[in-house]
Amino acid sequence: MIPAAFEYYRPKDMAGVLSILEEHGDDARVMAGGHSLIPMMKLRMADVPHLIDLQDVGGMSDVSIGSDSIRIGALVTQHDIIDNDALAAAAPILREAALQIADPQVRYMGTVGGNVANGDPGNDMPGLMQCLGATFTVVGADGERDIPARDFYEAAYMTAREDDEVLTAVTIPMPHGGYAYEKQKRKIGDYATAAAAAQIVKGGTTCASASIAMTNLSDTPVFSEAAGAALVGTSVDDAAIKAAIAAMLGDIDPTEDNRGPVAFKKHVAGVILRRAIERAWSRA
Amino acid sequence: MKDDVTSREERIENLKGMGCSRKRVEDARFTQGKGNYVDDVKLDGMLFGDFVRSPYAHARIKNIETAAALEVPGVLAVLTAADLEPLGLHWMPTLAGDKQMVLADGKVLFQGQEVAFVVAEDRYAAADGIEAVEVEYEELEVLVDPFKALASDVVLREDTVDETGKPTDGAHGPRKHPNHIFTWEAGDKGPTFEVIDAAEVVAEETMYYHRTHPCPLETCGCVASMDKVNGKLTLWGTFQAPHAIRTIVSLISGLEEHNIRVISPDIGGGFGNKVGAYPGYVCSVVASIVTGKPVKWIEDRMDNLMTTAFARDYWMKGRISATKEGKITGLHCHVTADHGGFDACADPTKFPAGFMNICTGSYDIPTAFLEVDGVYTNKAPGGVSYRCSFRVTEAVYFIERMIEVLAIKLNMDAAELRRINFIRKEQFPYTAALGWEYDSGDYHTAWDKALKTVDYDGLRAEQAQRVEDFKAGKTRKLMGIGLSFFTEIVGAGPVKNCDILGLGMFDSCEIRIHPTGSAIARLGTISQGQGHATTFAQILASEIGLPADSITIEEGDTDTAPYGLGTYGSRSTPVAGAATAMAGRKIRAKAQMIAAYLLEVHDDDVEFDVDRFVVKGAPERFKTMKEIAFASYNQAIPGIEPGLEAVSYYDPPNMTYPFGAYVCVMDIDVDTGVTDIRRFYALDDCGTRINPMVIEGQVHGGLTEALAVALGQEIAYDDMGNVKTGTLMDFFLPTAWEVPNYETDFTVTPSPHHPIGAKGVGESPHVGGVPCFSNAVQDAFRAFGNTHTNMPHDHWRIWKTANELGLHG
Repeated sequence: MIPAAFEYYRPKDMAGVLSILEEHGDDARVMAGGHSLIPMMKLRMADVPHLIDLQDVGGMSDVSIGSDSIRIGALVTQHDIIDNDALAAAAPILREAALQIADPQVRYMGTVGGNVANGDPGNDMPGLMQCLGATFTVVGADGERDIPARDFYEAAYMTAREDDEVLTAVTIPMPHGGYAYEKQKRKIGDYATAAAAAQIVKGGTTCASASIAMTNLSDTPVFSEAAGAALVGTSVDDAAIKAAIAAMLGDIDPTEDNRGPVAFKKHVAGVILRRAIERAWSRA
Repeated sequence: MKDDVTSREERIENLKGMGCSRKRVEDARFTQGKGNYVDDVKLDGMLFGDFVRSPYAHARIKNIETAAALEVPGVLAVLTAADLEPLGLHWMPTLAGDKQMVLADGKVLFQGQEVAFVVAEDRYAAADGIEAVEVEYEELEVLVDPFKALASDVVLREDTVDETGKPTDGAHGPRKHPNHIFTWEAGDKGPTFEVIDAAEVVAEETMYYHRTHPCPLETCGCVASMDKVNGKLTLWGTFQAPHAIRTIVSLISGLEEHNIRVISPDIGGGFGNKVGAYPGYVCSVVASIVTGKPVKWIEDRMDNLMTTAFARDYWMKGRISATKEGKITGLHCHVTADHGGFDACADPTKFPAGFMNICTGSYDIPTAFLEVDGVYTNKAPGGVSYRCSFRVTEAVYFIERMIEVLAIKLNMDAAELRRINFIRKEQFPYTAALGWEYDSGDYHTAWDKALKTVDYDGLRAEQAQRVEDFKAGKTRKLMGIGLSFFTEIVGAGPVKNCDILGLGMFDSCEIRIHPTGSAIARLGTISQGQGHATTFAQILASEIGLPADSITIEEGDTDTAPYGLGTYGSRSTPVAGAATAMAGRKIRAKAQMIAAYLLEVHDDDVEFDVDRFVVKGAPERFKTMKEIAFASYNQAIPGIEPGLEAVSYYDPPNMTYPFGAYVCVMDIDVDTGVTDIRRFYALDDCGTRINPMVIEGQVHGGLTEALAVALGQEIAYDDMGNVKTGTLMDFFLPTAWEVPNYETDFTVTPSPHHPIGAKGVGESPHVGGVPCFSNAVQDAFRAFGNTHTNMPHDHWRIWKTANELGLHG
């Protein structure tokens, strides 16, 4: 658990970050909380000759709640999410999900930006952001661009962000309706065996819209448009939930690991999604 | 004088002696981060060593290229087996009578095996040096299954066959196969088989007690410092048996024992992982001798989980016979024991399967037979006793599962089946069919108290209702009631049958009373968190009448502590605790003579009373122990040497046999396999109770490690011998979140042969806890046809059980 030698940078502004990225290309990585990258470096599984710490770059630690959207800076920590009452009122699913990430010590350091940018299929925020239809803002030498969360993830640790770009903010359209983040894990600190994010809007007695995403059940988070569609127009009864689960199962592609074999994961994914839908519907 | 106005009760209270929940004196430094662990040892010019480890589980080593590593700035040396061979140190003896490679000698036998030792100026340079060592491997067929190993043509260890390829004899007799280590038998085969074959009812089961790891929070490590001027070697390390390490270092290095000083500083948990000798120790010593500088070696977490001593890995096949009414008549157990690449168990040498022959448990079983076959595989060596006396966890798990399986076969309540088979109080001392003499017990009282406290009948009624509700589709949760009644065998042990590599397993205490009435006592044991400095002072306080707060307990420095065999197998209280009491009594005997002289009466006319000697029949005439201590040094007393010191080496006449009754109530989500422990009740009888608060802490800790093992903690390998659980992400260490509230309770049945009647408690909760948690899981599915499923009961395995029983519709 001893990393190879690396150069450590702590630039004061984004221009400084981008110039180091431009100079070193693949050999440079930015770090926010460091809770994914540093263990990989200590295991010598990540080779990062030039490590750029974002902590001194201003302007990425704020949460701003507008009338139709919420903007979360990349350096906002999981703890900040939990601790922010206004945010919890506007988008309660964020607090519910953040409370299920790791443990308090990790949440003090781990950031929203790092969680979504790293591309680890085990992370909870990517699926959540897909459920919420969030947009990620990245900045590079050619300026800013926005990438929808649902288009961001290509494969494990592979995303639409270029190596010389930095993810600076997450913007979420103001969520409406009932919500739930349901996660099964083996213990505190573990990644999900299966997790589901659900956001459901009720119109009269039926479901007006539904958004569903799953975590750690493929090499990327899975936004299951079909699962959401299966609920729309229904009274979210047993048949509708079964249809949503069936649709979701068609979208995920879990692999066997120490958490269990594929059949188990698929079964649990169905159970977890059912619970998420039922809870979200009860709150809608 | 204060004593004159203090009541007898107050004087007893002031001593903080036995029975007092005295706060732990160690905690002041531990809770402030002021402990002194081996990694806190920092010496001038100290170097760091670390290992190049094998990525393969079985491979021939064709070449090791070290030149590039020696070019890395800060790297001073790279040791390989070729460097150690001229010193005869490329292999070392194990505690089990086998030998183990210190550095890979031509081949590797498990993933993570030590291949080369890089010595550098700091840890970073050592890690860079490791990367630069080039090792050329030729992969060989990997054997991770002991049954396949016994049928394979692949010979794992070339030293197990002669020139003709025939298996040679091992340390414990002939081998059946080159990959076979030993067969060990206890009991009577013929009569047992006859009883079982003729029995009215026979239950059979095969169970796998999976491989796991003690995983102390502090990993193993050492600092070796060879002083070339005076020829003395000082070795700091995480040693559970510092004196044994000193003797072993002397035997294998040729250094005279007086030139070796072994120091165990504060230790952050051992649980059996720190009993044996590891390649890191040998390499650090050699590196210090070669460089003339201190050398530190500290494992990281992956090193610890993957390479230093594992626990369990027993395949147990059982047959138990009974009458139709449930009276047990016979027991047969066969074990296939997977020891990995080397047999590095830490058992008394005559017991290659430890005390597995305690597997008749708490029951009056007239005839029994045990056979254990040890096997080499391509896994890490070990087989230590993880928070238990030698293989006692395996034995108790076996019998407590067999009882449940028999209850199912008999269609009987498992609590009742236990009750009618318990050894009765009047049968003690009781000689079991497999040879042990149980010292004392009152099992029925403990069992009745436990069942009454938890309202056992009420729980069963609730469970029956739950099954109905489940079948009616009203709930998806089942309820399990886990029972276990365990008898441990601890306190090894009588030197007549317990030694490790010829070192007798006595223990010791040396007491020095200071003139002003305080004291220091040194013991041959070493605390790893057990609280010896607290509890041994309490034993002494009661024995010699000086306050526990005025007694310093010191352990772990072989230059100052008397020789002893260390701390593991719950042996500290049964053996060193007895030595402490006996040494205290020697102090008291001399104090009596001094008191009599000072009081001008005959020795027989004074008697001990709490903290003083009083003249019989005249309690106002007395001398306190404090006064006696001062007089012992400073007053010329005819016929009595000055000073007040004593030493005792205690060889116990027998083991002690703590026991307990545990009940666990668990709810299980059939659809996800998630378990929720609603209640856990633990009644422990450890004989005389020295410090109830420390006992309770031990019970909580042992139960938590039991929960871990039963519900998820394992060292798992894939078919290629890769460790799948090498980090704490996958290796389950419970946190406060996963742990239920524990209810503790007790009965007191003193040991008749121990000077203060104490039996030891540190490991009981682990031994009794594992089957209790496991039985709860298994019991939840009993109504649906389950008889046995293997641990660990993690989510997916529980789900699999439910799935196979058709509970997912």
